[in-house]
Amino acid sequence: MYKNFLRYLISAIFLITFSISAKADFKVGFVYIGPTGDHGWTYQHDEGRKAVEAAGIKTTYVESVKYGADAERVIRQLAQSGHDLIFTTSFGYMDATNKVAKDFPNVKFEHATGYKREHSNVSTYSARFYQGRTILGHIAGKLTKTNTIGYIASFPIPEVIRGINAMTLAAQKVNPNIKTKIVWVFSWYDPGKEAEAAQALIDQGADIIMQHTDSTAPVQTAEKAGIWSFGQASDMQRFAPKSILTSIIDDWAPYYVERAIAARDGTWSQQDTWHGLKEGMVAMSPYNKGMGADLVKEAEQLQKDLASGKIHSFTGPIYDQKGNILVAEGKVADDGMLLGMNVYVKGVEGDIPK
Amino acid sequence: MSLDISFIGVLIGSIMASSVPLILAASGELITERSGVLNLGVEGMMIIGAISGFALMVITDNLFIAIIGSMLSGVIISLIFGFLTQSLLTNHVATGLALTIFGIGLSAMLGKNFVGIPGKDFPILFSSLRESIPFFGPILFGHSIVLYFAFALPFLTNYFLKKTKLGLVVRAVGDSPVSASNQGINVILVRYCCILYGGGMCGLAGAYLSLIYTPQWIENMTAGRGWIALALVVFATWSPIKVLIGAIIFGGISILQLHMQAIGFRIPVQFLIALPYLMTIIVLVVISRDSRKIKLNTPTSLGRIFYKEK
Repeated sequence: MYKNFLRYLISAIFLITFSISAKADFKVGFVYIGPTGDHGWTYQHDEGRKAVEAAGIKTTYVESVKYGADAERVIRQLAQSGHDLIFTTSFGYMDATNKVAKDFPNVKFEHATGYKREHSNVSTYSARFYQGRTILGHIAGKLTKTNTIGYIASFPIPEVIRGINAMTLAAQKVNPNIKTKIVWVFSWYDPGKEAEAAQALIDQGADIIMQHTDSTAPVQTAEKAGIWSFGQASDMQRFAPKSILTSIIDDWAPYYVERAIAARDGTWSQQDTWHGLKEGMVAMSPYNKGMGADLVKEAEQLQKDLASGKIHSFTGPIYDQKGNILVAEGKVADDGMLLGMNVYVKGVEGDIPK
Repeated sequence: MSLDISFIGVLIGSIMASSVPLILAASGELITERSGVLNLGVEGMMIIGAISGFALMVITDNLFIAIIGSMLSGVIISLIFGFLTQSLLTNHVATGLALTIFGIGLSAMLGKNFVGIPGKDFPILFSSLRESIPFFGPILFGHSIVLYFAFALPFLTNYFLKKTKLGLVVRAVGDSPVSASNQGINVILVRYCCILYGGGMCGLAGAYLSLIYTPQWIENMTAGRGWIALALVVFATWSPIKVLIGAIIFGGISILQLHMQAIGFRIPVQFLIALPYLMTIIVLVVISRDSRKIKLNTPTSLGRIFYKEK
């Protein structure tokens, strides 16, 4: 009798403490498109997650989650298992995020690089990577000898097309004869294929390689071929010390910490965030001295001007491939146009895959 | 496209380099399947080979140890499959799938500390000849030793299966394990050996990716090549030479479509990307139309569980 009582007492204490702690524990979930070890896109998001953890907030993550039904299942699972705030960190999670958000009005959702906020508990956030691309374009335009820039692209979505256009416009400004050659690999992450794409571009005359994919294979290929390249998402300098001119770095940490704390303290509200060089969500890794001291200075100045707003990446006149005007002289493209960008500017070769 | 002859030589050279992991993995799997065992764990064994090779390279700084170690790791992980399917008589398909999932997960865990470390230059042979001979130079020379081995392997495999007594034993076990057993052949032992051999080749295929082709470790870097190797074996109707042809066609069209994009051909990109898969299947189906030969090559007992009643 006494023994049984003790047993009940202990389990009751356990249950109570457990349910209290479960309630009190504020948890943040992350959904990643690639593995945390990609040393690119997902790696940087995971650095952001670690910063949230360092701020004393519990986090969990699920990596390599495919678009579609898989994504919805994972997001739903996170919402069901008591996560209060969920970051879905790839464009393709847009519909799944909104769908799950409808069923879990008390859970907050943050979707990266998307534009749909169908429910009041969904925020979107992205970084103005195109500002970084403008700097790359300036450097590439100055350094290329074959006037051919090779560009490895992932999927034909506005974010990728915006990057191609921003780079091309900046390169044209310093070198009107520039040609941008694009290879679509239809993957964010396939080192072998990215390396082959880089090689194909090099064989076709490109002497500068840049990528909108996530692995370090293209910069390694460029290093081997003895040509210039740019890193993507994180500092890839170690993989191609001679070849890399600079890398566009995504720094999500401050935003993640800010939003997680806001959600914990009940001050979170729906928002559409698009930060860039100014706020530090986009940063440039140290410029390679191999490009020459003058060009380093120019790049640093351009970076300052883009951050202060003195220069805008999309300043008119801008024409599309057929010569129709997209942005009039003296005007800059508004965010709506940038977010929905689905045409190439003049000077880009080929068609956008439909 | 600059169509000069030396450029085509360079192109063929890079096509050969890209098909190496497929040739190695498919040749290994071919022997396994010819003994009647269907191992769907190719992708998992490859990725384990990739991380083991890379990790050993970082730790020992010795590429020879790394290559041998990657093969051994493939052997060890395939031993799990062998034990489950041959000794515990589990289902081949389910066990193979589990092996792939296990391999991908385990490699990610083992690889955590090896992300972001650049690889080492793998020595290439006859690099001076590569530069000095136009056209044939980049095709025949300036490759790693693994590439030469890979291109010899289908012929060795063919010879082994057709001309040696051991090859006959493997085929007998794959076609009719019961009669082979009645002839006094230890079916389970033969199948074990074939599974371990397949594992070793898949491990080497993975190491080729992480040590030579894109020298680095990143998670899931095999990116589905194991599945393509598996499909190649079937579409090549278990013939080693056709596996070689299929791998070269697949690698070749994968690379050519990238070049076509870079040149700016006005063909829908989605079609170009599907092209390697389509062409490989079409070519292999066309060259393997002789149904008598298919019957001869197909291991009749493929995927069936065999046990000897005692």
